[in-house]
Amino acid sequence: MHSESLKILLVVGALAAIAVVVPNTNSFLILLATRALAFAILVMSVDILLGYTGLPSLGQAAYLGVGAYMTAILATKYQFGLGYDFWLVVVFGILGGAALAAVFGLLAIRASGVYFLMITLALGQCVWGLAYRWNSLTGGDNGINLRERPKFGLDLSNEVTFFYVVFACFAVSLLLMYTLVRSPFGRSLAGIRERELRMKILGYNTWLHKYIAFIIAGAFGGLSGVLWAHTAGIVSPENVVLTTSVDALLMAVLGGAGTLIGGVIGSFIVFGLREYLSTIVPWWQYVLGIVYILTILYLPTGLMGIPERIRQRRASAQRRNDAKKLAPAAS
Amino acid sequence: MKDTLLRRLGPALLGGCFAFSFTVGAKSEELRIGYLAPTTGIFAQVGKDMVDGFRMYLEERKNKLGGADIKFIVEDEQGKPDTAVTKAKKLILQDKVHMIVGGLLASTGYALAPVSTSEKVLYVNPIAAADDLTQRDFAKYPFHVRTGWTSSQPSHPFGQWACEQGYKRIVAVGADYAFGYEVVGGFQRAFEACGGQIVQKIWPPLGTKDFGPYIPTIRADADAIFSLMVGPMSLQFPKQLSGAGNKKPVIGGGTSYDEFVLPAMGDEVLGHVSALQYSAALDTPKNAAFVKAYRTKYGKVPSYYSESNYTTAQMIEAVMAQNKGKFPGAETFIKQLVALKVDAVRGPVSFDDMRNPVHNIYVKKVEKKQMFGYNKPELWNTVIKTYPNVGQFGQFKKDEFLKTPVYNRDFPPCKFCK
Repeated sequence: MHSESLKILLVVGALAAIAVVVPNTNSFLILLATRALAFAILVMSVDILLGYTGLPSLGQAAYLGVGAYMTAILATKYQFGLGYDFWLVVVFGILGGAALAAVFGLLAIRASGVYFLMITLALGQCVWGLAYRWNSLTGGDNGINLRERPKFGLDLSNEVTFFYVVFACFAVSLLLMYTLVRSPFGRSLAGIRERELRMKILGYNTWLHKYIAFIIAGAFGGLSGVLWAHTAGIVSPENVVLTTSVDALLMAVLGGAGTLIGGVIGSFIVFGLREYLSTIVPWWQYVLGIVYILTILYLPTGLMGIPERIRQRRASAQRRNDAKKLAPAAS
Repeated sequence: MKDTLLRRLGPALLGGCFAFSFTVGAKSEELRIGYLAPTTGIFAQVGKDMVDGFRMYLEERKNKLGGADIKFIVEDEQGKPDTAVTKAKKLILQDKVHMIVGGLLASTGYALAPVSTSEKVLYVNPIAAADDLTQRDFAKYPFHVRTGWTSSQPSHPFGQWACEQGYKRIVAVGADYAFGYEVVGGFQRAFEACGGQIVQKIWPPLGTKDFGPYIPTIRADADAIFSLMVGPMSLQFPKQLSGAGNKKPVIGGGTSYDEFVLPAMGDEVLGHVSALQYSAALDTPKNAAFVKAYRTKYGKVPSYYSESNYTTAQMIEAVMAQNKGKFPGAETFIKQLVALKVDAVRGPVSFDDMRNPVHNIYVKKVEKKQMFGYNKPELWNTVIKTYPNVGQFGQFKKDEFLKTPVYNRDFPPCKFCK
């Protein structure tokens, strides 16, 4: 219990530090942090599936796409969502993501493991195909430009203001997801991850639990999409393409699956390397590759697994010491 | 005594004056150019051609354009529109660049133009060819100027050329995305305006490697095949077409046979005809010098990606020279840029009133021959006809043209398909 509250304190402290430090850096870093935070919501939604339910989804970009395209289409075709109605768009984005997940979930939840991976991949590619080919609605390959950000008392075209809005959305999402995974429902998901058969025998409707988790993840994906659309100012099939889903999955694994906050760390690291380091050195891709390889080889539990590993090493060293101390006495 | 002092100090003072004035003269303005190209990912090679073209001009001018010292900052846009936006903002906010140059894909062009509007920073666009940037969306992007081409620009005269060859019925095979629609659409409009018929349109997805499902469906009663391919598709399509025993003449959009893909092609493309604003085989002293210098430096024949960027640097120099090396502000710069008449590698270039180049369109035939004193027979895009000073609307009236929608999968409609 004590260590849990310490962890929460650490996370709150780190977030507060981000909220204070980032707006005082230069505008490019603010932009990057905004992007990383908006994407981190998607990564956490992947983590709900991967880390807590044991369902590796390779189609999570689809929900980001739904939120993003919805925002862009409403804003450019109907001038909707550029004032206070921005918050309505946020709600629509969440509902849109959830609705799509409700449909896809019916198909995907039947399977698990690699089969689940394949089905979500295929469904994600369907959304990509739509975005790419439905020219009249999505602008096809060219995508849709959002020419302005919402204004409602707050002027979101100011990067700092927008950063705070994204930060707030992110913090609320984190809180909600944290509450979710600690709720009895979240515990049942962990149970399914560990041993589904046992949960079934205990009388849980595991299909329904997985289905609901899938829909919740989709909803957060939709939210992430709404924010993403305004962050980048452009929505294109590139946002829905397979690599975006893979990115989200990799970030979750990099930070540590089943920790929520690990995904956030992963998101910041990857964005930092890909978009900041790439402005400094041309060989940033090697760094990214090495980080991935080292993580998989030495930290299968992700970066969040580091404290645990240190503790284990200390404990085993302690045991060895104890054994040494005991040994002379015995002889 | 006084005399000697003066005599002694005089030259020193004089020298001091010179030295002083010299340092004033040498202290020139810095012009910061933010350059965006994909330097990693699948488009990295094209990105290299772009950067090389621009850099070669800079190096020829000892890193000075029109008296200004150039700070040339290249950023990797990774071929993704939203990364391009982030990097553009980095260049504008952090490096405080005077202008953004570059962007490869049409979608990247569409992503960067609004950034230039909102940040009020000049966007000089040498490659991204999306039609509407300088057509229907022209008014939205007052800081955008194109120094390259619109996708459909070479297609308009080329459609007419196809009529002159006596072709009546043509099948179009084009990569299934916006750029493909625009190149094929322009060709169809022009070809049908002079009495031809597009009898079939086939859209293989971007990146198709196996044309097996598409080639047999090409109608047997067509006179010719018009292809619009990009990247690896350009290599595969002619190969598989000739493998399937095709006897029809093949013509195509510029990227089907540009110098970026040509060296990797085989004899199956001999005699194929395409149209573009540049050919490395253009027989002018200026181009000969350019091709030789580029090839010595980078070990390959320049493509239109290289030429367009080389010329863009030349245009920037001309404007900076008018202002004696001082950046005049984005609005004045753009006005002076579009008033230029440049004698470029590709030929004379001027601008229309929508900030798009007016230049020659070359109809080119792939031939195997020796050029510019190279001793090995190679494939070259020999120019067989020049359409001088072609604007983006070609032979059509601007007002009527702009009333029709931008070329897409269904426009112009395929009236003669069945």
